[in-house]
Amino acid sequence: MSVTNAGPGKSVLLEVKGLKKYFPIRRGLLQKTVGRVKAVDDVSFVLNRGETLSLVGESGCGKTTTSRCVLRAIKPTAGQVLLSDNGEMVDVATVSKSRLRALRRQMQMIFQDPFSSLNPRMTVFDIVGEPLLVHGVGNVEERKDRVVELLRLVGLRSEYMRRYPHAFSGGQRQRIGIARALALNPRLVVADEPVSALDVSVQAQILNLLLDLQERLGLTYLFVAHDLSVVKHISERVAVMYVGRIVETAPTEALFESPKHPYTEALLSAVPKPDPRLRSDRIVLQGEVADPANTPPGCHFHPRCQYARDICREKAPVLEEIAPNHFVSCHRARELTLRGVAHH
Amino acid sequence: MQNPNKPLLSVRNLKTSFFQDEGVTKAVDGASFDVFPGKTLGIVGESGCGKSVTAQSILRIVDPPGRIVEGEIVLTRKDGTEADLVKLNPNSREIRQIRGGDIGLIFQEPMTSFSPVHTVGAQLTEAVMLHNAVDKKEARRRGIEALRSVGIPKPERRIDEYSFELSGGLRQRAMIAVALSCDPRLLIADEPTTALDVTTQAQILDLLRKLQQDRAMAIMLITHNLGVVAEMADDVVVMYLGRVVEEGKVDDIFHDAKHPYTKALLQSIPSVDSVPRMKLPTISGSIPHPFNRPTGCPFHPRCASFMPGRCDTAAPPLLPAGPGRKVSCFLYE
Repeated sequence: MSVTNAGPGKSVLLEVKGLKKYFPIRRGLLQKTVGRVKAVDDVSFVLNRGETLSLVGESGCGKTTTSRCVLRAIKPTAGQVLLSDNGEMVDVATVSKSRLRALRRQMQMIFQDPFSSLNPRMTVFDIVGEPLLVHGVGNVEERKDRVVELLRLVGLRSEYMRRYPHAFSGGQRQRIGIARALALNPRLVVADEPVSALDVSVQAQILNLLLDLQERLGLTYLFVAHDLSVVKHISERVAVMYVGRIVETAPTEALFESPKHPYTEALLSAVPKPDPRLRSDRIVLQGEVADPANTPPGCHFHPRCQYARDICREKAPVLEEIAPNHFVSCHRARELTLRGVAHH
Repeated sequence: MQNPNKPLLSVRNLKTSFFQDEGVTKAVDGASFDVFPGKTLGIVGESGCGKSVTAQSILRIVDPPGRIVEGEIVLTRKDGTEADLVKLNPNSREIRQIRGGDIGLIFQEPMTSFSPVHTVGAQLTEAVMLHNAVDKKEARRRGIEALRSVGIPKPERRIDEYSFELSGGLRQRAMIAVALSCDPRLLIADEPTTALDVTTQAQILDLLRKLQQDRAMAIMLITHNLGVVAEMADDVVVMYLGRVVEEGKVDDIFHDAKHPYTKALLQSIPSVDSVPRMKLPTISGSIPHPFNRPTGCPFHPRCASFMPGRCDTAAPPLLPAGPGRKVSCFLYE
């Protein structure tokens, strides 16, 4: 049993250690491997029971690949994904198929697009009840009772059970997707961009529902998102990713108010604020996100970083604890004073 | 010089409907607003509010079975004459001169807006040659210049590449280059940054602002993102289910919203500067299906200030509510 980095009174549900996922680039007739896309490159984090950790970053930063590796929807190249199962830490990355099947009851997923993630030919009863059927839980009557209970839990009327997905709005469909994820009483829920496809006026409803369910059911969320304002509303801790690596992780408040990594600072500054009086002198990053198949030497962020020094071009920084629970991977983290967002 | 107080584009009581077998969808149901020279008008609303169909109506590119049923769209052209775009034949020479010539357009998805089998340069020079009497060589020179002006590095090389060889940010820049290649006085930007990452979005918004200053060009910015509107717009039009519910200066809309929909929308959006893990106020229900349009005010089933017998029987007109303000709500009659 390994319990590391857990604060007092907290117990670890998930620990990811040195996770790597490289995709080969194949070319030519013989499909020779000519390079590797380092989608996830040495990522480690801990998720405590009942907590919400968000992985945030821009497209191609590896946040979704990380979440898929956690569920072993794809097999990682290297590293461990330790999930607590009755007090024992089991490595999801290497566990046998049969054990994995049992573990999957404890970890479920909420998808981004409520339009493509529900089978249009299945009724709501079939969709929400499918995990129960697959894992052989209960008979038809018991499954029906459970589906009724789940629909109520997510704020849908149980009469809707016989309808097909097309009869529902985007927000209602996302509720159906959440009900399906909760069918087996999971402990870990991975939510990949669960509100980004929804209308603004519906996003708040779903965010509130997720907070509610967490309180009532003691769920642990691994939340994957690109929208920093959504992340701020749901998370206790945030990990910022850039080109396959975590560059900063901290409690939500600390990360937003006093970011320590220049990329976090730029990301926060780039978010348009819904207040015309805050039209600020934004930090506009030059250039583009580095190519994960051909990463720059040293710190991945140095070609776009306004604070870069020679050392940043030569040596890759490592994650260091700079304040309690605040980890940063930047050579200059201790000397820089960076701009966060102010409270209102 | 153009008169800054005279609208460049004036839309009056525009109604565009889609006539399908299942019924008639009133995508735009009586929208009115003005776009002033050199200013940015933000049109904000959620899906189904008619913001994109409004843009399509202006350019007369509404696909059948949709058509403009009523209204006026008056554009002051480059030569000072006025044209009512509703009266033009959508295939006429005049509207084709206006598209691209007087009004430039950029879309949300730069990937699908470019042809994948033609180079960026071919599509760029095509636009230049269509609107100007220049030869191929001159068109290419102007094309390279246009790419340079939108901040694309090594434009001499990029012009011969295909759109799929460019990253999302560069592709959107190329799209802007095409739209601006004939010096339009109005740029319609339909969700120009929605498909982009937040740091790329900041670059593109910055670029649009710079280009607007250099060219004194008006921008009609269509978006669902209230943050983008707050950053960019001078004036704001809020739409819901095909109707303008409120319009005003950007500061008035964000700090003194009048319509219950605008108020509720502003309260319900998560923001980076709010307290973490706080429950957000929500708008109940969801946007109704276009075939189930509510009677009276389209927002009444979701409205916190709903007055039975009033809001569900008649649609409130858009009436002045203070200097530069208009609101469509019975609370302000």
